[in-house]
Amino acid sequence: MHSKKPFYILVALLFISGIAASVFRGIEHNVPFLPGKQVQSWAVDAKVSFQGIGEPAEVSFSLPNDPAFEVLVENASSPGYGLTISQDNQDQERRALWSVRSATGMQNLYYKVTLIPTGTTQVIAKQEPVAPKDFIWPATEKDAAEQVISKVWAKSATNLSFAQQLNKALNAAERTQNVELLLSSNTPTKLFLHMLHSKGVPAQEVSGLYLEDQRRRQQLSSFVEVYNDGEWVLFDPSNGTQGRKDNLLLWDRSGKSTLDVTGGVNSQVNFSMLQDTRSALATSLDVMKNQGALDFSLYQLPLEEQSLFKGILLIPIGVLMVVFLRVIVGLKTSGTFMPVLIALAFIQTTLLTGLIGFILIVACGLMIRSYLSQLNLLLISRISAVIIVVIGIIGIFTLLSYKFGLSEGLTITFFPMIILAWTIERMSILWEEEGPKEVLLQGGGSLFVATLAYLAMSATWVQHWVFNFLGIHLVILAIVLLMGQYTGYRLLELRRFKPLAGDK
Amino acid sequence: MRFEFAMPSSLHKSGVLGMNKRNIDYIGRYNPRKFYKRVDDKLTTKQLAIANDIAVPALIGVVREQHEIEEIPAMVEGESGFVIKPSKGSGGKGILVITKVEGNRYFKPNGQEVTHSEIYRHVSNILSGLFSLGGAPDVGIVEGLIQFDPVFDGYSYEGVPDIRLIVYKGFPVMGMLRLSTAASDGKANLHQGAVGVGVDIGSGKGLHAVQFDTPVDLHPDTNKKLTDIQVPQWDFLLNTASKAYEMCEMGYLGTDMVLDKVKGPLLLELNARPGLAIQIANGRGILPYLNHVDSLGNHNMTVSERVEYAKKHFSHNAES
Repeated sequence: MHSKKPFYILVALLFISGIAASVFRGIEHNVPFLPGKQVQSWAVDAKVSFQGIGEPAEVSFSLPNDPAFEVLVENASSPGYGLTISQDNQDQERRALWSVRSATGMQNLYYKVTLIPTGTTQVIAKQEPVAPKDFIWPATEKDAAEQVISKVWAKSATNLSFAQQLNKALNAAERTQNVELLLSSNTPTKLFLHMLHSKGVPAQEVSGLYLEDQRRRQQLSSFVEVYNDGEWVLFDPSNGTQGRKDNLLLWDRSGKSTLDVTGGVNSQVNFSMLQDTRSALATSLDVMKNQGALDFSLYQLPLEEQSLFKGILLIPIGVLMVVFLRVIVGLKTSGTFMPVLIALAFIQTTLLTGLIGFILIVACGLMIRSYLSQLNLLLISRISAVIIVVIGIIGIFTLLSYKFGLSEGLTITFFPMIILAWTIERMSILWEEEGPKEVLLQGGGSLFVATLAYLAMSATWVQHWVFNFLGIHLVILAIVLLMGQYTGYRLLELRRFKPLAGDK
Repeated sequence: MRFEFAMPSSLHKSGVLGMNKRNIDYIGRYNPRKFYKRVDDKLTTKQLAIANDIAVPALIGVVREQHEIEEIPAMVEGESGFVIKPSKGSGGKGILVITKVEGNRYFKPNGQEVTHSEIYRHVSNILSGLFSLGGAPDVGIVEGLIQFDPVFDGYSYEGVPDIRLIVYKGFPVMGMLRLSTAASDGKANLHQGAVGVGVDIGSGKGLHAVQFDTPVDLHPDTNKKLTDIQVPQWDFLLNTASKAYEMCEMGYLGTDMVLDKVKGPLLLELNARPGLAIQIANGRGILPYLNHVDSLGNHNMTVSERVEYAKKHFSHNAES
């Protein structure tokens, strides 16, 4: 007897890789594990306005660049303007550049973006920032600044704790005179930044937007990011807090100005935003499309082939059901996989219409077949005649149900004709040989299995899984292989062999 | 019908063989695919049996083509009855038994007349492969009617009682007598309603009887006590079955034999996938016997030595 080890290793490999592929897809690509799941999204509109002075105008506007939010869709509407979106790979800066030959009067430019929270609030530094240049303090502030810095410096150990202590000192309830003096001529953000820079701590000013549902005419707020151990930590020197809130969108991390307008005056930018929920699946698909990660997905197929595959990929579920019912339960079906094909047709027709339609067609077919059996035809021509008759029956039923306004009846065309013809032929022989009881028994059994397979295949989460997590098919393959090695009793054998159980 | 279920462990303890284990551990392992033709094709079986000096029912003729169907009346002229069966049929399907021939008219065991066109259609169906596995084209075999031995009179209703033996690696391990009933329409297939009587390997005596997988005591049509049966020529039957192992080289084999009044035991057909109901008819599981044969390992026993061994160890009286 050969070893079964390679077999079990194969099954385990299939199983593990199937599960792993599915989990990877769920976590890495955010494909939801349950259908119908919703995610929040934010629609943010930025309105840039300025007064044109009749000269060529150029508007450079920084665009959101935040690992905590994924850009799903963005577009800019700006009639009459040329638009380029530039991306600077080095510091990950993205800017929109509008330009027009001549701008006069009030000009409005719009930028719309849909954002999805990703859940990663950490900002990892791509590379070690260069040490900042020493800040030269004005003579009036020099002493005050140096005193404050040296005092805080003494109380700190690292860049991070220095920034924390500094933030605290700037926002203390009882601020020292030195701090008051400095704040009278500086914004807290600038002061905080300059103090960090004068100790050589890498820090940069960033602007962010608080996302709140249905807000209009919002402005960006300033924050400072301090570099610490490979990560940028966010500080808000205006209120002394550290870290970021979930609803804060970092709009501009370049440290440069958010909006630059040449050829215009009185420029300003306003933000309005709206919260929205959308399908998690559609969202993750859009994200994958943006990232070009759809390479190994059925979603890159044309729609027609996609819907074809949605049906095809259900077959493994039906087949699994049949294998289970035959090997583990011990049910008999007429024609091994005939129930699966019937179940596939049920998906199109819905269960009740499908059952009624199937029984009607087979019953009519049996009646006509009983006439054919008197004609002493060869098997091939008899089956062919039955196929043609089945097509006729389907045609008549479809027409009748259309005339009577029963739209359900129209789906009857989804039944596989060849399978129906063979079913009729088998049933008819069965009827002649074993009587109508056996026909009802086997036909009923097949319909029962078909119904079970239909129920398994029509569950929305099953349809969601087989199409979105292709790894699941490896798991099904592993289970089918395992069941092929099952040597235990079938469920119905436990009843059949009950007299042998040796009641003790 | 009672819907009671046995515990798997208690079945296991009784040594009951289940369908999945039969398929994987016995049929899959000991019945080589390449020899299936010897068993599935009744014409091949017949020719092999004749070559191996195993008695079989007389072969009247073979119908291979549609046009040869016309020759059937000429073939069976002078016969008192005949049987038409598909060579590759399974489960007793497509077997037409004519027990009475009156000139040009044919009658089934229940007295119903079978017209020529019905015979034509039936054989035409056989040739088209309606009864064969997978619908492969087939040939029809016309056999002589078996003059069955009157020893079973009163035990069988309108049909030929046949003796099924399970032969494992050449050892007959379990036996069953299959008696047709009114419910089975004269056919000896258990799933069609025939009665199965477990027969002791050691003596050929009846043990238990079942119909539709439920134990019975009396024949449903004749009311004779089934466990009183003694199968005659038991040793001869065991020897023939045992010989079939060398003939077809199938490790797990079912042999179906009948007793002819004149010719004695005849090999009717072989089965590479014998059913499991024989266990119910015997009132015990088959696994202990199969394991016993496995434990013998390599041996060089002849046919008669194997039969003697089986009679000694696989009898219900012997606690092997």
